[in-house]
Amino acid sequence: MNFTLTPEQEDIRKLVRDFAAAKIAPSAAERDEKELFPRELFAEMGSMGFLGLPYPEEYGGAGMDFVAYAIAVEEISKACASTGIGVSVHTSLCSWPIYKYGSEEQKKKFLTPLAEGSKLGAFGLTEPNAGTDVGGAAASAVKDGDTYVLNGTKVFNTNGGEAEIEVIFALTDKAAGPFKGMSAFIVEKGTPGFSFGKKEVKMGIRSSVQRELIFENCRVPAANLLGKEGQGFKIAMSTLDGGRIGVAAQAVGIAQAALDYAVRYAKERVQFGKPIASQQAVSFMLADMATQVEAARLLTLRAAFHKSHDLPYSKEAAMAKMFASDIAMRVTTDAVQIFGGYGYSREYPVERLMRDVKITQIYEGTNQAQRMVIAGNILR
Amino acid sequence: MALAVNTEKRGGECAAGAPERGAGEKTVGKDKAEYRGVLVYAEQDRGKLKNVGYELLSAGRKLADALGQELAALVIGEDVAGLAPALIARGADKVYVVEGPEYGAYSTDGYAIAMEDVVGACRPSAVLIGATNDGRDLAPRVSCRLGTGLVADCIELGVDEETGLVAWTRPAFGGRILATALCPEHRPQMGTVRPRIFQRPEADAARTGQVIRVASKVQSGDIRTRLLETVQVCAAGCNLEEADVIVSGGRGLGGAEAFALLQNLADTLGGTVGASRAVVDAGWIPAVHQVGQTGKTVGPKIYFACGISGAVQHLAGMSSSDIIIAINKDPDAPIFKVADYGIVGDALEILPLLTAKIGKMLNR
Amino acid sequence: MEIVVCVKQVPDTTEIRFDSGTNTLIREGVPGIVNPFDKNAVEAALQLREKTGGKVTVVTMGPPQAKNALKECIAMGADEAVLVSDRALAGADALATSRALAAAIRALERYDLIICGRQAIDGDTAQVGPGIAECLGIPQVTCVQKIELDGTAARVERETEEGYDVVESGMPLLVTVGKGINVPRYPTVRDTMKANRKEIAVMAAAELQACVRKPGLGGSPVRVRKISAPPPRAQGEVIQAESAAEAVDALLRKLSDRKVI
Repeated sequence: MNFTLTPEQEDIRKLVRDFAAAKIAPSAAERDEKELFPRELFAEMGSMGFLGLPYPEEYGGAGMDFVAYAIAVEEISKACASTGIGVSVHTSLCSWPIYKYGSEEQKKKFLTPLAEGSKLGAFGLTEPNAGTDVGGAAASAVKDGDTYVLNGTKVFNTNGGEAEIEVIFALTDKAAGPFKGMSAFIVEKGTPGFSFGKKEVKMGIRSSVQRELIFENCRVPAANLLGKEGQGFKIAMSTLDGGRIGVAAQAVGIAQAALDYAVRYAKERVQFGKPIASQQAVSFMLADMATQVEAARLLTLRAAFHKSHDLPYSKEAAMAKMFASDIAMRVTTDAVQIFGGYGYSREYPVERLMRDVKITQIYEGTNQAQRMVIAGNILR
Repeated sequence: MALAVNTEKRGGECAAGAPERGAGEKTVGKDKAEYRGVLVYAEQDRGKLKNVGYELLSAGRKLADALGQELAALVIGEDVAGLAPALIARGADKVYVVEGPEYGAYSTDGYAIAMEDVVGACRPSAVLIGATNDGRDLAPRVSCRLGTGLVADCIELGVDEETGLVAWTRPAFGGRILATALCPEHRPQMGTVRPRIFQRPEADAARTGQVIRVASKVQSGDIRTRLLETVQVCAAGCNLEEADVIVSGGRGLGGAEAFALLQNLADTLGGTVGASRAVVDAGWIPAVHQVGQTGKTVGPKIYFACGISGAVQHLAGMSSSDIIIAINKDPDAPIFKVADYGIVGDALEILPLLTAKIGKMLNR
Repeated sequence: MEIVVCVKQVPDTTEIRFDSGTNTLIREGVPGIVNPFDKNAVEAALQLREKTGGKVTVVTMGPPQAKNALKECIAMGADEAVLVSDRALAGADALATSRALAAAIRALERYDLIICGRQAIDGDTAQVGPGIAECLGIPQVTCVQKIELDGTAARVERETEEGYDVVESGMPLLVTVGKGINVPRYPTVRDTMKANRKEIAVMAAAELQACVRKPGLGGSPVRVRKISAPPPRAQGEVIQAESAAEAVDALLRKLSDRKVI
């Protein structure tokens, strides 16, 4: 049993924290207000080595593990949750399935620019009629010579329109249904027949983009099939297991930010002649918030540790994601409460945290779906 | 452009493997008593004495009186003997003058030799130097050469009751603590002192004193740097350290445009514009205006803090102002804890009103 | 071009607290960081090296954990690092520190330019740079905001109260730099990992040779007598008014009552 980070992991925390405080945090409120996607920040994070942390150096990565990755997502999300989810989707939903299931050629061609950060990645599974239940998936891919012809629509695609590389799921065998007949494809932006629909206007993570992807007779080289035909569902589910670690880390980062703001404010804000932190009603709230954040972080890092050490992590990731997002919702709400009227004002940062965090209970599988995963694991 | 650096002339004996220069040995222990009196360095700029020199005369006078010793001043420059009477009128018993064309512009090498020579000639117990850019360049060079101690950037001077030594008090850790230091075994005891901490003494034309010229010992090649050009970034009189009124702005102003409003108020009051680190970093205003731990340390009669939240690092640079006026939208901004007067509100709205009304008051 | 940068590991003064009950600084849990001005010094050295070639060596004096500060500088791009570390050096004041660092620099094969941060944010003395220059017998220019090298000469801009001076000097030369000179780069993940594996030379007091006969506290003229919390400014008043105009009137009444305007 060892709860200390390795010196390398500590270095990553410091490196990302310093960078995020200097470069990401100052403009976060403005980007939220104006719904600006920080493409230049992704370029900079790429050259810093933040976008390929868990992948081997031979593919342009940093050769670190998923704990270091989770720490990075937490620190980035502490500064800006929108940027945090962009990094998470890029790293665990797009790069990982290519790393895990891709051929050597695919890794060289697609993983390397992703890990180096010269290209941005995204992941397209969700469809208008296929959210938590993949059973409604309708996008199709029909083999024609050395290409697959894709047709269908994907929605809520994070990084969509910005990403140069998408991992897209489509049915290659409609009769077999999504569980046995779905396949995964690497689709590059700019491929004829691949276009973008509307951009979502959202409650939170407003400087992150979610777009509709439209495939109309889009011809994808057969060489871009990820894994084998029919492996799509397995690839999607194992990828989402890892994605949940990223979302859990994002929630921890947002919650930590809310806690930090609340502690500072409670010490500064004077009511009835003394700082409100000296009121038990407030100090106990802060104690609960701190405990919850710490517990969520431990669950998150443990799931990341499992993934790094090839231990089973599906249940662990689901628990971390569910718990971290639920407590983060509570912690950010409490932070707004501690700030009182100012907390509700856009001049202070905590209302943004509360808006941003709600989505962590929903995406990468709703928290209800996480309970299904966890229950399935313990009732086996 | 090839300037060979001469490392043999002054200092640097250490480099040749000889015992370190002035290792302090010759000034410690038995002959400590030979060092008597207080020497104040009266910095001048283009023939005009800086205020800080006068201020140090009042601090030095108190020290000298407490020790029952003499107060001397030192002035170095090209043509500066004429400044001596002003120093005598403000408390100096003696004025040492080192004059010559080689001192026309400040140089570390030239001025350090001059100061070293004067200290050698008058053997003061304590040397006070203004904590200006040049003072903080010169003082450590000289103290190191003399092998003695230096306490930088003091804001309080006293005499330690137990030992009779100068007690030098200065802030450290970004103003979070005050440390009082002594220099027990080495002479002279040296310190740099912040401008505007001490009152400038009244001139007393009846005072008399002695003017002593010390021959310049600087030789060709001693001064290894050359001043090519002096560039003024802000208009003359923007010297924050010497300003009576400073109107400072921070991030709360929302943008660089607001600094025109600060400038208007500063102009009306004959003051200077300052800034917090955040806005200097954001590029709203050049770094020469920055007040705080990593910028200038100021002590004006009135300090306006507009849209400045009051981070400890900023407070470290301005909390010795006589009167602090804070204007900030955030009623919980820490600046209100140190402000004498606070207005909760939008500086963009308040500044023009303030400027207009003060303008009227002053014209009356 | 052999460039030496002197750095100091300092507690992050934004996080440090003073306990007025025990009259001590609470350093517990306060992270050690590279003094911010020293990062500007490293950055300046790296930029010069990129133009002129050569080597950047970082030197620090401190306890063994000061190695972390050196590693950060290596990760930024410095070539070599030297840690001067010895119990005998504990308690060194600015003079003793200057002597020790000068001795360590002298032990290097060659140095053309020494760059220091203009002051450390813990002590704020701004003395060690000039002290090193004096011990080495080389010229100095403090508070520099721009450095240009031209063969054997340096042309620098030195901050003044109202702007800057352009100063020329031969080399070797020591300059201290403020934060106006540049924006320090962030080390990349890969360079940070590489820096972790880098061996860092440690120099003990005995290796500093005869020049530092009395290292540490014994060779330090300045003794700290006491530390205390700064006296708080009396809490002033927040002017209550219905409108901005009324607030301004109230303020001006108070200022003219005190005869400051």
